[in-house]
Amino acid sequence: MKKIILGIETSCDETAAAVVADGRSIMSNIISSQIPVHQKFGGVVPEIASRKHVELISAVIQEALNEAGVTFRDISAIAATYGPGLVGALLVGVSAAKALAYTLELPLIGVNHIESHIYANFLANPALEFPMVCLVVSGGHTDLVYLTGHNNYELVGSTRDDAAGESFDKVARVIGLGYPGGPLIDKLAPEGNPQAIDFPRAYLEHGSLDFSFSGLKSSALNYVNKAVMKGEDINKADLAASFQQAVVDVLVDKTIAAGKRYNVKTVLLAGGVASNTRLRQELTRKAADLGLRVEYPPPVLCTDNAAMVACAGYHKYISGRFAPLTLNAVPGLKLGVEKY
Amino acid sequence: MKMFSDSPGQTIAAGRALGKLMKPGSVVCLRGKLGAGKTHFAKGIALGLGIQEHITSPTFTIINEYEGRLPLYHVDAYRLDDGEAYELGLEEYLYGPGVTLIEWPERIEGLLPDEYLTVMIDYIETDSEARELQFLAGGPGYGTLVDKLAQTLTKELNTCVCSRD
Repeated sequence: MKKIILGIETSCDETAAAVVADGRSIMSNIISSQIPVHQKFGGVVPEIASRKHVELISAVIQEALNEAGVTFRDISAIAATYGPGLVGALLVGVSAAKALAYTLELPLIGVNHIESHIYANFLANPALEFPMVCLVVSGGHTDLVYLTGHNNYELVGSTRDDAAGESFDKVARVIGLGYPGGPLIDKLAPEGNPQAIDFPRAYLEHGSLDFSFSGLKSSALNYVNKAVMKGEDINKADLAASFQQAVVDVLVDKTIAAGKRYNVKTVLLAGGVASNTRLRQELTRKAADLGLRVEYPPPVLCTDNAAMVACAGYHKYISGRFAPLTLNAVPGLKLGVEKY
Repeated sequence: MKMFSDSPGQTIAAGRALGKLMKPGSVVCLRGKLGAGKTHFAKGIALGLGIQEHITSPTFTIINEYEGRLPLYHVDAYRLDDGEAYELGLEEYLYGPGVTLIEWPERIEGLLPDEYLTVMIDYIETDSEARELQFLAGGPGYGTLVDKLAQTLTKELNTCVCSRD
């Protein structure tokens, strides 16, 4: 019999719910900002509004069931993101999941947000083989994770200051491209020369798999400020291309280094920045030279969504890793640590 | 009170001195342009609170929480307005037991408490590494704090000039 998991995700801006069968077939994947569900409430949902999750959550879950053509009776377990994220936002999803698990007498599963981004890869490509290394890269995270099996991972590198996606946003802000900056820089960069400006690449101590993007951000801002002071025009495309290249170089080199160190055959990309064209191209090209396979999810599964939560939840379900009804939101949850 | 910092290291040291003086419920508003060194100063405050973890930017996540001698709530309000900050429950942090550090406080002026400390970090045109740090007490409690901080900074950071105004 099919195991159908209802996944719930409210760690940040999005209220999301999804129904996934056997950890691979997505029966529905609802994200509040993408559907007109909020029209019922007679207004625009602000970009950030934890308390709005409360208003949206029931409708989003119902929509996920409707679109999947199932009822609560068909569900095998409820999985929800319980950290890391905003405590007020996380609590809404966790509380909804607990209430459903309790009343429907279903197992409750707590999922780590970073872990769920990694599992988006299993939705896109169920035939992945361990061990693997995954770069989780988004507006809020830049983590290198070594995976030896389902539910078995180790954080081997992460940013010490800014996340990669955030540095894209801030540079885009300064040159007036708008928000979110990542996709806009990605779009503009092919028109510029990636060698035009020699931005610094921070590799940190020898052998370190950690990242630092704050120096690069400052360097790009200084470049813009100096040009403004001198009254010179900036070539935005050159700046976008050179900046993007500096970020991509470090991400790719460290990911490949991690792949070599842990002797894996497959490296994965996950998170919003995994949609970056240059990152995908460069990682695929450099990995191919070493016989490494590169996989990444389609863009819709790279951004925050609940299908990835249901997928991660499925793999916990089949190994019996259930959370008690005392499950709480853990805003600073670390990868590989279960806090319940 | 003003001080001059000649490097990110010194900006961190200044933050650390302030972190050591923080009390439950302290609120610090951190103002400065992108790249001025707000995150460096925040790292210092965390060190002063005995927090071991790396302090990463809260821009995307809005609020990062850390456990130390006192809890630290590191907020980036850039993407917020008063209404959204209210929806987020920000006042629960501001009037909670920890230290709240707010970057881009101008976005949520209406939600700030009556008393808080403002730290302004400015570029110095002649030197891309150097910064001017200004500490402005908003309320009598913070006046005493700024006096104590001035003493510590003068004693400990002997390469910078601190001046009362």
